[in-house]
Amino acid sequence: MIQLELFLSFFQIGLLSLGGGYAAMPLIQEQVTHAHPWLTAAEFSDLVTIAEMTPGPIGINAASFVGVRLAGVTGSLAASLGFILPGCLVVSVLAGVYRRWKDGPVLHSTLGILRHAVVALIASAGLGLLQTAATAAEGGFDLPRLLLAGGAFLLLRTRKPSPILVMAGCGAVYLLYGLAAGL
Amino acid sequence: MTGKKRLWTLFTSMLTISSFTFGGGFVIVGLMKRRFVDELGWMTEEEMLDLTAMAQSSPGAIAVNAAARVGSRAAGWPGLLTAVLGTVLPPIVLLSLLSLCYGAFRDLRPVRLLLAGMQAGVAAVILDVAWGLGDKVLRGRDPLGLALMVLVFAAGHLCGVSTVVLILAAAAVGLCRGLARLHKSKEGGR
Repeated sequence: MIQLELFLSFFQIGLLSLGGGYAAMPLIQEQVTHAHPWLTAAEFSDLVTIAEMTPGPIGINAASFVGVRLAGVTGSLAASLGFILPGCLVVSVLAGVYRRWKDGPVLHSTLGILRHAVVALIASAGLGLLQTAATAAEGGFDLPRLLLAGGAFLLLRTRKPSPILVMAGCGAVYLLYGLAAGL
Repeated sequence: MTGKKRLWTLFTSMLTISSFTFGGGFVIVGLMKRRFVDELGWMTEEEMLDLTAMAQSSPGAIAVNAAARVGSRAAGWPGLLTAVLGTVLPPIVLLSLLSLCYGAFRDLRPVRLLLAGMQAGVAAVILDVAWGLGDKVLRGRDPLGLALMVLVFAAGHLCGVSTVVLILAAAAVGLCRGLARLHKSKEGGR
């Protein structure tokens, strides 16, 4: 049953994404493009773009986006429920545990190490997206889009503009370029 | 405030906050603080900070976890369910609709070009996030963490090791170090 598969996949994503929205992204990528043939790399890239442009946590955005395509409304609900269930359960249990152990060395050390691993995974997912963006639809190398991504990155590092504005700007620039170049 | 009215307030508050919050979990936590601490007076600022830390240390979306804590603090289990429902409903409905329309629009030339350009932008945004976070953890000067960061990147990006395995392995390393430190501090205290 596809609903059950969606639920289990997104339960796994929900359970293992420590550190908020971006931490979920590498896990989503693995589940929906590698472990299951649900999205292509380009579709995943579109999903991240759409999730960034809309409100709500990326995990729920991804769960609804993938779920509804595979199994309609029930798929969307099964995947979203799977994603939020572990967090809601853990946070309820943690409420009791937290006050006693929050400054303890075990929890502190585990979270500290995990933070490093998560940064590495996010960087790896970002490079994956860059590879997708720098590959032309026909399979060749897409220099204009690589330059666009490089420019956007420099702008983000130096001026701290809103990410949504940067993405919309990239879209607009490439649209104009594509229309002019007859792509 | 009666029980039913309280649940309704909880639901509509979370629905509104969730519908209009772009950006990460911390943005939504800020808005929740304004609503539940400053406007409604349902909890103190300190409680809000504590539950933010709990939401952050739990897996999944920070916004949903924080909503679960606020809801359960305000009205027990019914409150938890109400607050979470209010938080997840807007993105579920919106993304389900977008997903259905996306198939029909994707192949139109302007949409295709726009999405292609935005893909380049989103790669830059994610790399910028990784850079910012990396900068922060590098300042912690934790040699074991740094070694692990390099290892995880190499194993995940170059060798294709599963993300699940990498996260569980990192958690195990952190747990072992924590237990070793605990052991040491107990011996030292004797």
